[in-house]
Amino acid sequence: MSQTVRKKLMLFFPRCECEKPIIYHLVKDHNLIVNVYRAKVTPEEEGYLVLDVTGTEGDIEAGMDFVKTFNVTINYTGKGVTWDDDECTHCGHCITHCPTGALHIADEATREVAYDESKCIECLACTRVCPFSVCVSAF
Amino acid sequence: MKTYEQINDRIESGKAVVLTADEIMDYVDKKGLAAAAEEVDVVTTATFGPMCSSGCVLNFGHSKPKIRMSEAWIQDVLVYTGLAAVDVYLGATQLRHNDPANMDYPGEFRYGGGHVMEDLIAGKTLQLFALSYGTDCYPLREIRTYFTIDDLNQAIMLNPRNCYQNYNVAVNGSDKTIYTYMGTLEPNRKNANYCSAGQLSPLLNDPYYETIGVGTKVWMAGATGHVYAEGTQHAGGGDRTPGGIPKGGSGTLALTADMKQMRREFVRGASFRGYGVSFSLGVGIPIPILNEGVLKRTCVRDRDILAPVVDYSDDYPQNTGKVLCHVNYEQLRSGQIEVEGQDIAVGSLSSYHKALEIANLLADEIRRGDFNLAEPIQYLAKDTKMKPLLVKEKPK
Repeated sequence: MSQTVRKKLMLFFPRCECEKPIIYHLVKDHNLIVNVYRAKVTPEEEGYLVLDVTGTEGDIEAGMDFVKTFNVTINYTGKGVTWDDDECTHCGHCITHCPTGALHIADEATREVAYDESKCIECLACTRVCPFSVCVSAF
Repeated sequence: MKTYEQINDRIESGKAVVLTADEIMDYVDKKGLAAAAEEVDVVTTATFGPMCSSGCVLNFGHSKPKIRMSEAWIQDVLVYTGLAAVDVYLGATQLRHNDPANMDYPGEFRYGGGHVMEDLIAGKTLQLFALSYGTDCYPLREIRTYFTIDDLNQAIMLNPRNCYQNYNVAVNGSDKTIYTYMGTLEPNRKNANYCSAGQLSPLLNDPYYETIGVGTKVWMAGATGHVYAEGTQHAGGGDRTPGGIPKGGSGTLALTADMKQMRREFVRGASFRGYGVSFSLGVGIPIPILNEGVLKRTCVRDRDILAPVVDYSDDYPQNTGKVLCHVNYEQLRSGQIEVEGQDIAVGSLSSYHKALEIANLLADEIRRGDFNLAEPIQYLAKDTKMKPLLVKEKPK
């Protein structure tokens, strides 16, 4: 049996396909376990969806081929939230607001702040508390 | 014993021994106080944090025909024009015109005076719009133009209050989130915020103002500036630990420097949700090791510095003066403090990381002979207290 893997993805729909049950088909037809972090339809009817999918490489590939039939852009780095290392002042105000430790002190001696994207659940708390707009949501 | 002159001679000859306030404690532990005082010339201190009482004086030069600006905005941020014709003062906390502030609470305050200062130093092109009532000597009544910092005759940072010696640790004892200049505070004391570089902070390394006074040369975002006065709310007479460290705000400095020499990475406009805009600035101050006493006081460690924990949902806004307890900076930097039996997660508004970078940059400049020291021409008061604003009846 093929090994299952988990991938975090950000999907961008140039034109929202809200009427189509895409997640349903990923689960039903492609055997994927889907965990949706965040979804949004903009006033311009563009759609964003950040999720992780768990399944075999083959099932994930087939699932993404299905998703692409909707003219979707798939961002495999899954960055719905970005943290700009060059702009961060490393003050540490965000640390207590980050519920998963994605933003954390990487070096106790220098108090350097670091961001572990794999731990980010896109709650957006950091985007609201950073005084310097270093944490930004893509949508 | 050393003099400023002797230390400056060593700096000029490239032989000065310079350590940061982060390094000096271990160095003294290893070498002994007397030997280290002989050897070390300068200890560099630094801080990088929000400083609301910041601003700048700008001179635009004269247009043709001339205008005496009576109201003016840079990037739609109001500047003060109650000065000479084309001089303005831009304050860090000034909001942008039409900013809804807290009408839609909590407001976002995305752009204001601090951001204009950052953009100026970054060399961006900014819009000036000014109005005038018109005079015989200054007939122009309206002007709209675009400029960069290079187009200005002067851009002088003029900060009435910087480098608070120590500061509160803010918590929120209420049952709803509050939005303060100390950041966002979650209900029921879920988090705490502090704002100091602790053992790196200038006035915590010179607690009795023996070397830092009016006239002291300082490093401001890469420019050479100086202390031009005691800072507003300077109150050198507060409670101190047995080691002499103030247990609350205490001393402050008024600083000035040429913005044209500043580096953008050490100046940042800041937006505090629900509160307003501010300005974070990197400041480095060298401490001349004149004698063993001065050196000993630069060896202060985070664990020796106590900060008062204050409830910003009630005691701070109501000015009760109540302090819940004191905690030290070693505890704060551990990420957790205990207040009245409750563990509280701790965040910071001041960047130790940036402060350390500045302390090292300044140390390098001194070692290269590019930055020498200035003896104060006036020392800061050690016995003053802050007065409250009393609400009085109109005198009869």
